[in-house]
Amino acid sequence: MSGPETAGPAFPPAIRISGLRKHYGSVHAVDGIDLEVRRGEFFGLLGPNGAGKSTLINIMAGLARADEGSVSVLGHDVVTDYRKARRALGVVPQEIVFDPFFTVREVLALQAGYFGLGGESEAWREELLSALMLVEKGDANMRSLSGGMKRRVLIAQALVHRPEVVVLDEPTAGVDVELRQLLWVFIRRLQKEGHTILLTTHYLEEAELLCDRIAIVSSGRIIALDSKENLLSRNFHQTLCITLSADSAPVPATLLAKALSVAGNRLEFRLKKGVDATMEILEELKLSGAKIADLHTQQTDLEDVFLELTRRPMS
Amino acid sequence: MNWRGWYTLLYKELLRFYKVALQTIGAPIITALLYLLVFSHVLASNVQALPGVTYGHFLIPGLMMMSLIQNAFANSSSSIIQSKVTGNLIFILMTPLSSAEFLLAFVVASIVRGFLVAAGIYVMALFFMKLPLVHPLVALLFAVLAGGALGSLGVIAGIWADKFDQMAGFQNFIIMPLSFLSGVFYSIHSLPPVWAKVSHFNPFFYMIDGFRYGFFGVSDVAPWTSLVAALLFLALTTAVALGMVVRGYKLRS
Ligand SMILES: Nc1ncnc2c1ncn2[C@@H]1O[C@H](COP(=O)(O)OP(=O)(O)OP(=O)(O)O)[C@@H](O)[C@H]1O
Ligand SMILES: [Mg+2]
Repeated sequence: MSGPETAGPAFPPAIRISGLRKHYGSVHAVDGIDLEVRRGEFFGLLGPNGAGKSTLINIMAGLARADEGSVSVLGHDVVTDYRKARRALGVVPQEIVFDPFFTVREVLALQAGYFGLGGESEAWREELLSALMLVEKGDANMRSLSGGMKRRVLIAQALVHRPEVVVLDEPTAGVDVELRQLLWVFIRRLQKEGHTILLTTHYLEEAELLCDRIAIVSSGRIIALDSKENLLSRNFHQTLCITLSADSAPVPATLLAKALSVAGNRLEFRLKKGVDATMEILEELKLSGAKIADLHTQQTDLEDVFLELTRRPMS
Repeated sequence: MNWRGWYTLLYKELLRFYKVALQTIGAPIITALLYLLVFSHVLASNVQALPGVTYGHFLIPGLMMMSLIQNAFANSSSSIIQSKVTGNLIFILMTPLSSAEFLLAFVVASIVRGFLVAAGIYVMALFFMKLPLVHPLVALLFAVLAGGALGSLGVIAGIWADKFDQMAGFQNFIIMPLSFLSGVFYSIHSLPPVWAKVSHFNPFFYMIDGFRYGFFGVSDVAPWTSLVAALLFLALTTAVALGMVVRGYKLRS
């Protein structure tokens, strides 16, 4: 038996996406995506600009319509069973949008109302305000808030109906360091309380810090999908950093040509694992009479994996 | 039906114009009163109104209905295009509200705004003259039908328009001329026969004529004819608006 989250229709996954396609004109924004996000998971969706992340999220939220395929949230199809699907889903949009007619508290009360909630949800709304440090701004008009504050209102708005599945489309874009950390703590807390989190971000250290599993999307397709640990251990490349001592002989031109970067007496080599040998470079250096002052290799981080996978073929 | 959700959207739409009531209710009332003051003096001796009805009296229901039509349209259309352009319409589109609930909330808010403007004109006019109201329920019925139809038409225009100037075009080239040329200021019997015929293709003519029947018990055409015409127009605009919302036309990409 597998875990409860994969055990058949009684326990549907948080999000199930199958055979999803969506095009805008000649752009295949989503080009055949199959994906399951498990319940309670912290899932990262990464990819370069225009990869199709927001389109995927918009289809989930009912803001865009798929050409083919389906999406369900907690087993509820987002088209045919949209009421249940939308009750189960809270989406924080990528763009900061707001209604300039209302105050923060009014916005949250209205949003709760659309989901059929009234006064009984007020305590929760106040809790959200305080968790997101918006209490003093509660009665301020949306127009008067700073960008970071508006971003936090968007998050509160997505959570007024206590959705089990929370989708955040670049929640920390353009947010200062302090607020970013506040948001990390807040989102982590949501996950601990049992929410499933789907996060998109361009800050790779953020994904590395928070996510259990990560999908990398490029041109509308998933090009990697694995646990964070497995992705990191793929370790395609290794960077060899060599610092030459001041009295070193000059490095031969053949070697310089192989270097990734040369800055003064510091050389960096990007070595493909199992293909390029570190020893060859060291031998060549030794033969030329170069003296090495320092030598180390750099660990792979998510950024390397990401760049490796999403690098566009050079022309 | 998600009643509370529907009611919340209606409440939001009401709040939206209530917060700027001076502009959304007050201004159209003043405009209508200015028309009343000017036209009832200038035209009183030249224009033939309904039998047994003075021109000043004749003018008031016409102005009420014209203002109702314009404001019901303005309410839903401006709300939708503003939310679309600023992007905050997604907060409604992401909720469990159905297409019918969505449409009905905008339409009812339009009816309410149109009604308040019309009622305001009526109350203000009472300061100047005593006005009969022979069949109040008939007048109310036509107010609701017209407000509903124009609310739906506003939804159509708000969804269709991508920019504010397209919206203004719709308002200035369709709504304004049709409402002006619908017998607000004259009985169509006083028009040359050709123009009287043309007026019969203007849905707003029936709304005004039926509405006027509610006040005076007399009208240009039979009230049943006006009722059928108003109902047909309401059904048509609502069906088109609902179709657009259901398909997500220009709402869901
Ligand atoms: N409404 C739309 N109309 C036309 N093209 C669109 C629309 N929405 C998205 N696209 C196109 O679809 C592709 C995917 O866009 P999408 O916004 O999903 O990317 P993304 O992965 O979210 O990028 P980013 O990281 O920049 O937010 C892009 O080429 C974009 O131009
Ligand atoms: Mg995006």
